[in-house]
Amino acid sequence: MAFRNDDDKKAYWKENLSLLAKLLVVWFAVSFGAGILFVDVLNNIHFFGFKLGFWFAQQGSIYVFVALIFVYMSKMKAMDKRYGVNEE
Amino acid sequence: MDVQLLTFIIVGATFALYIAIAVWARAGSTNDFYVAGGGVPPVLNGMATAADWMSAASFISMAGLISFMGYDGAVYLMGWTGGYVLLALCLAPYLRKFGKFTVPDFIGDRYYSQTARTVAVFCAIFVCFTYVAGQMRGVGVVFSRFLEVDIVVGVVIGMVIVFFYTVLGGMKGITYTQVAQFCVMIFAYIVPAVFISIMVTGHILPQTGFGATLADGSGMHILQKLDNLSVELGFHEYTSGTKSTIDVFFITFALMVGTAGLPHVIVRFFTVPKVHDARKSAGYALAFIAILYTTAPSLAAFARVNMIETINGPELTGTSYEQAPSWIKNWEQTGLIEFNDKNGDGVMFYSGDERNEMKVDRDIMVLANPEIANLPAWVIALVAAGGVAAALSTSAGLLLVISTSVSHDLLKRNFAPNITDKSELFYARLAAGVAIVIAGYFGINPPGFVAQVVAFAFGLAASSFFPAIIMGIFSKRMNDKGAIAGMVAGIAFTAAYIIYFKFVNPAANVPENWWFGISPEGIGTLGMMVNFLVAFIVFKFTDEAPEEIQELVESIRYPKGAGEASAH
Repeated sequence: MAFRNDDDKKAYWKENLSLLAKLLVVWFAVSFGAGILFVDVLNNIHFFGFKLGFWFAQQGSIYVFVALIFVYMSKMKAMDKRYGVNEE
Repeated sequence: MDVQLLTFIIVGATFALYIAIAVWARAGSTNDFYVAGGGVPPVLNGMATAADWMSAASFISMAGLISFMGYDGAVYLMGWTGGYVLLALCLAPYLRKFGKFTVPDFIGDRYYSQTARTVAVFCAIFVCFTYVAGQMRGVGVVFSRFLEVDIVVGVVIGMVIVFFYTVLGGMKGITYTQVAQFCVMIFAYIVPAVFISIMVTGHILPQTGFGATLADGSGMHILQKLDNLSVELGFHEYTSGTKSTIDVFFITFALMVGTAGLPHVIVRFFTVPKVHDARKSAGYALAFIAILYTTAPSLAAFARVNMIETINGPELTGTSYEQAPSWIKNWEQTGLIEFNDKNGDGVMFYSGDERNEMKVDRDIMVLANPEIANLPAWVIALVAAGGVAAALSTSAGLLLVISTSVSHDLLKRNFAPNITDKSELFYARLAAGVAIVIAGYFGINPPGFVAQVVAFAFGLAASSFFPAIIMGIFSKRMNDKGAIAGMVAGIAFTAAYIIYFKFVNPAANVPENWWFGISPEGIGTLGMMVNFLVAFIVFKFTDEAPEEIQELVESIRYPKGAGEASAH
C-alpha cells in the first residue's frame, strides 16, 4: 500500500472530496448562479461596459473555470506530497 | 496575389506540415497507436486536446450562432468549457491512474462485466460517427468556397490527409499533428478578430473591446448599440435571451456533463506520463480552448454590428443592391446569403420582422467576416486553413476512438483475446481506414439529420458514460447490475425523448409540449439523473461489488504507482 496507514488513506480521500466540493461550489456559482439563475438581477450592475450577468455568462465564467483547474492542480500536488503518494 | 492562389499556398503548406509530422511520428506498437506511448508532455497534450475538442462547429459556426442568439449563446460558451472542470476534478486523474486505453475498458473492468463493456463500445462508436460525419462536411464546405473545387473533391482530399496520418501514426501521429493544427486554428481565429476589434472599438483585445465604446466617436458601448439596433429592427434585445431560464440551465448542464463524458476527449488523458500531468493538461487544454471561446462572443457582437450596418446603411434605411459590396455577391453563389427584393425598390433591408428581405446563414459570420471587414487577402486564406485544421483535427481524434473500439474493445477484449500486438495494430489500422471511408461517404452524402443528432451525442454521453464513470470512481461498492441498469435506463429515456421530438413528431417540438419546459437539447441532464437514480435503486437490491474491485477503486484514488497505460 502506498499510504503509511489506513487513517492516512481515509484522511487523504476526505480532504480531496472537501476540496472538490469547495471548487465545484464556485464552478456552480459563477456559471449556473451568476450566468443563468441570477442573470437578470446582476444585469442591473454595470461592469466595464458590460451588464454583469451577461459578462459572467459569456466571459467571466470561462476565466473562472480555467483558474479552478489550476488551483485544484496545485493544491493536489501539495497534498500528494504531504501524504507521500506523489509520483516520482 | 489573388485570394485563391494565396489560399492554395497557405492550405497546401499546412498540409505538407501535417504529413511531415505524421512521417516523423510513426506508431510502432499498439501502445503508440492507442495512447501515443503515454509520453506526451502536458502542454502539448493540452494543445492537442484543445484541437481535438474544437471542431468545425466551434471554428465556423459558433460565433455565428451566438451573434444570432445573443445572450442564449452562453449555453454553448459555458456548456462546452465548464465540462473541463468536471473532467479535471472528477474524471481525468483517476482514469489516468487506472491506466487503460479506452473508456469501454474502464467500464468493462470496473463493473467486471462484458455486457457493460459492449454497451459502452456501441455508445462510443455511435457518438463518434455522429460527430465525424459533420466534420467531413465542414472540410468539404471550406474547400468548395475558398478553393472553388467540387465539394466531393474537397472531402476526398480531406480523407486522404486524415487517412495518411491516422493510419500511419495512430494516437502519436494525431497528437503531434493536432498541436500544429491548434496553432494554425487559433492564429486564424484571432487575427481577423483583432483586426475587427481595432476597427470597431479601437481595442486590440477582442475580450475588452466587447465591453468598450464604439470607435466612431458616438461614445456608445457596443453592447448598448447592439441592444438598440436589435430592438429597432424587431429582434429580441441582444443581451437578454428568448429561452426560458430552466431550459438554459438544463442545456448548459447537459453540454457540460456530455463534454466530460465524450470518449474522444477522455482518451486524451491516457496519453500523458503521470496523474499529475493529467490534471495539468486538462488545465492547459481549457486555457487554450478559452482563447477561442472568449474571443467568439466578442467576434459575434462585432460581426453583427458590422453586418447590419453594411446591409442597412448607417441610417438604417437600407442600401442599394446594385452597389452591394463584393462579399454579398460572392456568398450569394454558395446560398449562404440571399436577397429577395420584396418591395421591388432595389434596396436591401435586414430585420427581424416583415420588412426583412435578406436570408443570412449564421456560418457567414466567421467565414465572410474578413471580407465584410475588408481585411487583406492573406487573412481570408488563413481562415480557410484554420477551418480545415479544425475539421481535420477533430475527425482524426474521433476516428481513432472508433478504430480503438473495434480493434481493442471488440476484437482483443471480446472475440480474439490471444491476438498478438502486431496483428492488433494491423486491425486498428484497418478499422481506422474503413471508418474514414464511411465518414467520407457521409461527408459527400450528408444525411439530413446531422444537425439533429448532435443533441444525441451530448445527451447520450451525459446520460450513459458520465454517471457510470463517476459512480465507478466515487462509489467503491457500486456493482455491475446497478451500472448497467443505470446506463440502459439513462440512454433509453434520453433517446426516446429526442427521437420523439426530433424525428417522430417534429411539429410538437415547442416549449408547451416539453416536460418541465426542457428542450431535447437539455434532456440529457434529466437522463443523467434517471441513470443515477436507477443505478442506486438496483444497487440497493443486489450484492455490492466484490472485494478485489473495491480495492481496485481504492487504488485509483491516489497518484502513486501510475505506470504507463497498458492492456494488462
